[in-house]
Amino acid sequence: MDMQSFRKTYFEECQERLQEIETLLLSLESGDYQDEHLHAIFRAVHSIKGGAGAFGCDHIVSFAHIFETVLDSVRDHRLALDPELMEVLVTSSDVLAAIVAAAEQDQILAETFDAKAKADLSQYMDGAEHAPLPAAHASSSDAKKGTSRTYTIVFKPHSRLYEKANEPLLLLRELGGLGEMILSVNVDALPDLSAMDAVGGYLSWTITLTTTHHKDAITEVFEFVLDDCDLTITETDRTVAGEMKPTPPSDASPAIETGESKVSSIRVDLDKIDRLVNMVGELVITHAMLSQQAEKLARDGYPHLARGIEELSTHTRELQDHVMAIRAQPVRMAFARIPRLVRDVSKDVNKHIKLVMTGEETEVDKTVIENLADPLTHLIRNAIDHGIEDAETRKAAGKPAEGTISVSAGHRSGRILIEIRDDGAGLNTKKIAEKAKERGLIENPDLMSADELHQLIFNPGFSTAEQISNISGRGVGMDVVKRNIQSIGGKVYVKSEAGVGARFVLSLPLTLAVMDGMIVRVGSQKLILPISNILESLRPRRQDIATITEGGEVLDLRDHYIPLLRLNRLFNIPARYDEPWQGLVLIVESEQTTFALFVDELVGKQQVVIKSLEENYDPVEGISSATILGDGSVALILDPASLYDLHTKQGDSLAFAA
Amino acid sequence: MSKTVLAVDDSKTMRDMVSFALTEAGFAVTTADDGAHGLKVAQEGTFDVIITDINMPNMDGITLIGHLRGLSQYQSTPILILTTESEQGKRDQGKNAGATGWIVKPFNPEKLIQVVNKVAA
Repeated sequence: MDMQSFRKTYFEECQERLQEIETLLLSLESGDYQDEHLHAIFRAVHSIKGGAGAFGCDHIVSFAHIFETVLDSVRDHRLALDPELMEVLVTSSDVLAAIVAAAEQDQILAETFDAKAKADLSQYMDGAEHAPLPAAHASSSDAKKGTSRTYTIVFKPHSRLYEKANEPLLLLRELGGLGEMILSVNVDALPDLSAMDAVGGYLSWTITLTTTHHKDAITEVFEFVLDDCDLTITETDRTVAGEMKPTPPSDASPAIETGESKVSSIRVDLDKIDRLVNMVGELVITHAMLSQQAEKLARDGYPHLARGIEELSTHTRELQDHVMAIRAQPVRMAFARIPRLVRDVSKDVNKHIKLVMTGEETEVDKTVIENLADPLTHLIRNAIDHGIEDAETRKAAGKPAEGTISVSAGHRSGRILIEIRDDGAGLNTKKIAEKAKERGLIENPDLMSADELHQLIFNPGFSTAEQISNISGRGVGMDVVKRNIQSIGGKVYVKSEAGVGARFVLSLPLTLAVMDGMIVRVGSQKLILPISNILESLRPRRQDIATITEGGEVLDLRDHYIPLLRLNRLFNIPARYDEPWQGLVLIVESEQTTFALFVDELVGKQQVVIKSLEENYDPVEGISSATILGDGSVALILDPASLYDLHTKQGDSLAFAA
Repeated sequence: MSKTVLAVDDSKTMRDMVSFALTEAGFAVTTADDGAHGLKVAQEGTFDVIITDINMPNMDGITLIGHLRGLSQYQSTPILILTTESEQGKRDQGKNAGATGWIVKPFNPEKLIQVVNKVAA
């Protein structure tokens, strides 16, 4: 531990505090007025200031000081929290965040950087409250050498001094540290033992102290007790001494090695946890291997072995859960920015929006949280800009003028579901159908259900906003959301009801270290496909397969043609079956498209531990990573998007050869 | 036996710095992150010195001191408050609640140790 690591802690803490300030300010602004919110904001700013002093971040101290002064007046109800002041506070929290960020990077901001915010805040300070800034703390022991003075000190503690746990003996000891001391105690006031109050102030002392220190140093010794004693300090003699030694400091405690006991939590490097996650992954694999091998042995008369392995399995799974839980964090981290976003966007488009958030405590892997920010932002912007109607339209439809957006998170069957719901107009099914037809995505909209049509908005370049606003609707939209969510093994879909609202559901894995995989077989090879990409599996009829001139093979999936990829040809593996109607076809959804993948058979669903191929080997096209199966064999995990790219390339080269 | 110190502060930075400085100086430091937590920890153990911040969630430092002084085992335990220069009023409130003394933030480690030694027997 050194200053540098405290500094790191400090700035980490600042981030948490700043986030807290923003969240609380927004709840205040949205009408959720609670005194406690103001107290908490004050504490947060105060705490940022408190730490800043220790690291010499003067800019933070000076700004936080003014900010805090105004907040103090608001929380004491000396200032009314009107919308203008609210705006000033929100802006000030941004300015404070910027100053903190600059300080963390050791950047020097221009003096004028916070001038406006300071001026805005200053309007709310009456002169008296403009307390001077703390001056740099002066060292207490600046001994003035040369002049030696003698003081007579009369010290009579009151009983209140004892009640506050001050100890005259310690004060006298400290006083003795300043120089030569002659001490006499006056016991005249001491009553009979029977009449004595254990904490009564009966004793007084007269001290003659010869010291090179100034009178202030003596007063400082008594600084805690000045109100609780009679104290007179009189200078009685002064001599100029040539060789007065500076007095030794008061006795320092011997350094005894002690363990510091932490009650709350510790911070651990993410790397260390990742290593742990990896090791547990290995353990899971080893266990699977062991149990497969032991199955035969156990039958042949080792009953204890079977039980032992059973127990090992339970413990391993528990260990895995716990280790994963270390990496888990509440989704609050990803939700924290939403209130600000809703506030800003709704101001821009001039709509009144109420935000309801639930399930912020739901825990999910840190990496998943980090990848949630963009999709969430996108979906919420969209909901405000396109989902919620303007006030007049809402009133005409018999809805409250204020729109509601609710964001919720929760666990469901080993995954986390995040829902973004608005009470707007819902998706315009007719327009989606028209657009999809126009873009050639579908042929006959009448054959599709409204729900099926709605999912088309996740296609690349699909945007039905009539007017492109600067909030959303720039053409890149839902497809980006979908790609982001898929990249972390998740799925997204929309449910919409005309006039009632739309609901976007993100279904995400709890962790990225393990994955639900479908093991498929081609010839002697076992390969794994992420379950989240598989829509369905089927055995096609011979007449469902066709070849089109410029697109290679296609599968007729309920009157809809999708490209057919043969896994055996892509990787040059001799397969058991030559034709799709003998084997099985998986309908796979990738980032760009949906395609059919021909394999021999499905082996089964399994949770697999993901091993990076880049780290352990080299990147391979069509493959995202690898895993080790229960029998110890390595199986490759397919990456649908790059599989499709590979297919396109091979098609091109074939066409070229032909 | 080294002296035991309970440091109560909602700021991790402060907790870390106080506990680091005092541990170096030979104290055994326990930390708590707000007043209510501090009171609970104080009740579960015994401490020779208690240091507390003023502005904290759940229970502020002044209230904490009041509660501690009401407990027989902490009637004569030195309790120090952590304040800033601008909080003279708080310092007086702390004194009235029974605080033994105060430490002014930002503090340097030597000053902290000096003040703790000043009140700890």
